[in-house]
Amino acid sequence: MDSLADQLLVLVMLINFIMLGTSRLAFAIRAVAAQGVILGIIPGLLHPFSGHLLGITVSIILAKGIVIPYLINEAVRKAQIRREVEPFIGYVPTLLLGAVFTALAFMFAQKLPLAPEHRDLLFVPASIATLMTGFLILTTRRKAISQVIGYLVLENGIFIFGLLLTEAMPFMVEAGALLDLLVGIFVMGIVINHISREFSTVDTSQLKALREE
Amino acid sequence: MVFVAHIFGDPVGSLLWAIVLLGLSGLPGLLLKRPGPGQLLSVVITLSAAVWGMAGALRILGGAPATHYLLDWQLPFGPCELAVDPLSALFLIPLLLAAACCSLYGAAYLPAAAQPVVEKKVTLFSGLLLASMASVLVARNGVMLLMAWELMALSSWLLLLTYQQDAQVERAGMVYLLATHTGTMALFVLFSLLRGQTGSFVFPAAHSLTLVGPLAVVVLLAALIGFGAKAGIMPLHIWLPGAHANAPSHVSALMSGIMLKVGLYGILRTVSFFHELPVWFGWLVLLLGGVSAVTGIALASYQRDLKRLLACSSIENIGIICIGLGMALVGMQSGNQTLLVFGLVGAFMHILNHALFKPLLFLGSGVIIHASGTRQIDRMGGLSRILPRTAPLFLVGSLAICGLPPLNGFVGELFLYFGAFSDGLSAPLPLIAFIAPVLALVGGLAVITFVKLYGAVFLGSARDSAARQGHEAPFAMVAPMALLAGLCLLAGVGAPLLLQLVEPVVIDYAAVSPALFTRLTGIVPLPQIALMNGLLLGLMLVVWLVWRLLVQQTPVTSADTWGCGYLAPTPRIQYTGSSFADLAAGLFAGLVGARTTLTGLSGHFPAASRLALDGTERILDRMIIPCLHGADWCLAWLRRMQSGHLHLYILYVFATLFALMVWSHL
Amino acid sequence: MIPSLLLHILLLLLMPPLLLGVINKTKAAFAGRYGAPFLQPYYDLAKLFRKGSVFSTTTTWIFRAGPVVTLSATLVAALLVPLGNHPAIISFNGDMILFAYLFGLARFFTTSAALDTGSPFEGMGAAREVTFACLVEPTLFFILITLARMSKSLSLTPMLTYPSPTVWIGAGATMLLLVGALFITLLAENCRIPFDDPNTHLELTMIHEVMVLDHSGPAFGLILYGAALKLFVLGAVFVNLAFPFKTGNLLLDWGIFVAAMLVLAVLIGVVESVMARLRLVRIPQLLVAATILSAFAMLLIVR
Repeated sequence: MDSLADQLLVLVMLINFIMLGTSRLAFAIRAVAAQGVILGIIPGLLHPFSGHLLGITVSIILAKGIVIPYLINEAVRKAQIRREVEPFIGYVPTLLLGAVFTALAFMFAQKLPLAPEHRDLLFVPASIATLMTGFLILTTRRKAISQVIGYLVLENGIFIFGLLLTEAMPFMVEAGALLDLLVGIFVMGIVINHISREFSTVDTSQLKALREE
Repeated sequence: MVFVAHIFGDPVGSLLWAIVLLGLSGLPGLLLKRPGPGQLLSVVITLSAAVWGMAGALRILGGAPATHYLLDWQLPFGPCELAVDPLSALFLIPLLLAAACCSLYGAAYLPAAAQPVVEKKVTLFSGLLLASMASVLVARNGVMLLMAWELMALSSWLLLLTYQQDAQVERAGMVYLLATHTGTMALFVLFSLLRGQTGSFVFPAAHSLTLVGPLAVVVLLAALIGFGAKAGIMPLHIWLPGAHANAPSHVSALMSGIMLKVGLYGILRTVSFFHELPVWFGWLVLLLGGVSAVTGIALASYQRDLKRLLACSSIENIGIICIGLGMALVGMQSGNQTLLVFGLVGAFMHILNHALFKPLLFLGSGVIIHASGTRQIDRMGGLSRILPRTAPLFLVGSLAICGLPPLNGFVGELFLYFGAFSDGLSAPLPLIAFIAPVLALVGGLAVITFVKLYGAVFLGSARDSAARQGHEAPFAMVAPMALLAGLCLLAGVGAPLLLQLVEPVVIDYAAVSPALFTRLTGIVPLPQIALMNGLLLGLMLVVWLVWRLLVQQTPVTSADTWGCGYLAPTPRIQYTGSSFADLAAGLFAGLVGARTTLTGLSGHFPAASRLALDGTERILDRMIIPCLHGADWCLAWLRRMQSGHLHLYILYVFATLFALMVWSHL
Repeated sequence: MIPSLLLHILLLLLMPPLLLGVINKTKAAFAGRYGAPFLQPYYDLAKLFRKGSVFSTTTTWIFRAGPVVTLSATLVAALLVPLGNHPAIISFNGDMILFAYLFGLARFFTTSAALDTGSPFEGMGAAREVTFACLVEPTLFFILITLARMSKSLSLTPMLTYPSPTVWIGAGATMLLLVGALFITLLAENCRIPFDDPNTHLELTMIHEVMVLDHSGPAFGLILYGAALKLFVLGAVFVNLAFPFKTGNLLLDWGIFVAAMLVLAVLIGVVESVMARLRLVRIPQLLVAATILSAFAMLLIVR
């Protein structure tokens, strides 16, 4: 079971790279949805079957795989954007940076004082790598929609880490992550709507005009 | 959570349930559609909670065993203990009394039928404010206290912003929010340091903490800043006049009468942790108290806004309480039991007294503002005719706050005077004895302020047409004021009762033996004072009867005011409040500056001009505002980091995270 | 015992207007006139109690309550003061604080009654009265602290019966400073020259006289009597410090007291004839000087 979970985590990290390299928004949204579905499946592999577990798996897949992508697609449709413009540091440098960060994540995970059963698993490196990818997307993309996607990736990274703690804090991780996500999307949706209305563009670097000077 | 089995027999349990009820009192109003019943329900709930809780608190003061309660929260901050000891009970009694009075008053002041939306908000947040203040008083865990403290600050802020369309109100709210959070930061420092010292957020046991050197200094200063900012001790008082002036009247009564005391409670509680206090702390509190008292009343004598005047006078009363506290701390540190007992008795009595007459004055101010339509004293006048029931009650409050016999203010200050005199009697270097002239000066200034207030508002003739109309307040508003006034008179004439209330608190807090307490307070002849108060009232009656006898045998006529034969008096030529206080304020020009702006008088045929007199505050202008300018200059330099670029901000977060990861591996 | 108490009460109630008469006679003597008879104030009071009253339509019950409360407070204060070597009628620890605050109560009601008339004259008098009284309070308390320390007691009677010729010889400088400060306090509290001219109520000299402009008839009589009683009470305090001659003989002590009070009245009359009223801006300075004198006295006694 654990090795299956490990392989799925490899898939997750590959999806990170896909998202770093694509400029088509619809594709990025589908990628993050896929990532969410995979992350929904993983708890099912780690714990013995129970009704509680089934409920959690279904709700995560629903939320991350269907509801949130639907909301984002709606926002995209309303704002009528299709493609991301050139990010601040170009696609290829972004990919390279992503690779560097993933390597650093592995190095860092080695140094952490983990419990012995967690040491050989891919959870911690995957989590840190996903986290960093999320940050990268947030920092380098111009459009607000892309930043929402980056935020989603960030949350996925935290979720992966939380999977390690499921014995210590039973309900907390699930409830926290999901609630967090939902609220974040909700707020982002409103923000995007307002930005687009105000500036007739969803380019967040235009927000600089609001600075107090 | 709380064990249901114990609630009815146990005073602490009944208090805790009363607190919960107070907090929930605003909820029915939110859920019901029609505006009226919700408010009525909240008044009923608050009154019953107040009575129930008061019974519990009085039983604890009477010596009933107080159980400790443990709240099973799931947070990693140590056990959440709740307890009520005599100190907490002393503060809870005026809180519950004010809760009952202000709730009843608010039902008539802000009727739900007239302003449904505003009323729902005010009722809800008033309940939350009362419950959070009471929670601060019963919490025995630092984090629990901080949570209740923050809730108290936020609910009072939201109450303050009730009429936020007014620019003045909004500004006052902003200042208040900033000031209260500055204090809360200091409290974070305090409780973190205490946890570092004792290992847990639970309060240390009484007299168990031994800190030396810089740690003691930081802890005590953090407590003084954090709790003192809430209490309004100078120089942390800048938020007080604006906040209390711009809130609705019964909210101002709660804030001024009770919330300031919660700050003082914090200082008292922190002091009780220490086994031995450093020398300088008592003197510092004494000095701050003296400065607050004198400057506060000097400020108040200059105000032209009715509620700002009352708010500034609250600063003065807090100063007097701090003088008592400082005296007690100096006595504690030097082993002088006399000073300790007299200072504590005076301070605790004044806490109770102030919580009686300050809400009375603020509730009265609500009636006055409603009847005259303005807050400016100089536009009122002659309201005694329109408000025949409020005027005598307001007079009782004014006499009480000046500390004049036969009312309760005198009894509290008497103990402070005794402390000063006994020090002057026996000490080789009687520095404490200087308290007596300072208190006398403060009392003289208070007489100026409140004669000005009472005279300009109620006496004379109406200066503005608006002041001629208006009507007396309904029973629901007059009844709480009458209750408070009656209690002031009772506490003055029945002074030994007040001492009985304060006795268990002093014995428990200062760890003095009851025998010593009785011996020391025996020096203060409260029965004779009570007798003299009664004699005074009796003599007034006798002289009045003699006068009536004489008058009945002589002709009586009515005429206009003679005023030395001035033939055409108008209301405009009366002395206004500002002119009355001008002479006194001029003497204190060092503390309270008068800024005169005179425009337009130039040339041979000057155009229309106007004269404006504004009170300014020297401490604020000379000390605090330059500090703020300096801080602004420093921070402007930091503002370069604020590029406006969203991505840059996220990059800052990422970079910090990265740096932390790298650093933790070095 | 009982005759002494009776004499005490009689003196308290009946002597005050005589002081006013003596002061006026002294001033007349300085001016080369015969002046009004010694008993004139009594005749004035009797006349006023028979006259009718005029009440202004602007006034409320405060105006009628003012004289009543003032007189009652002054009477209660009079019960606390020892006359010469004879103890006060009522005496207990801390009565000096009640003493000072009773005058505060009287002042509150007098000034409120003045503001009640709605006339600027009364308002001006009230404002000045309240301000100067505020400055007098610290002086009074410094004096009380010094006396408490010297006499090792917390009650007016032991404090004021403590000074004797031996004490004067031993702590002469202190006593002199105290007497000076107390004399200034006496003049200020009773609105005599150099603080106020009791003869006129022109704008220049308006403090006490002008506050009571609108009172008439029996109420005015009560006010006049109350003012005389206040002068008597504070004069008794002064006389205990300045003329501390005590014999054991009851009758002789009463005689000494009465004589001393009359001497005080003459002294006040002399001061009134010799000085003019101070400029208004100088009055606070004089009062602060009195505070410094009394504080200095306290410092001397501490040393």
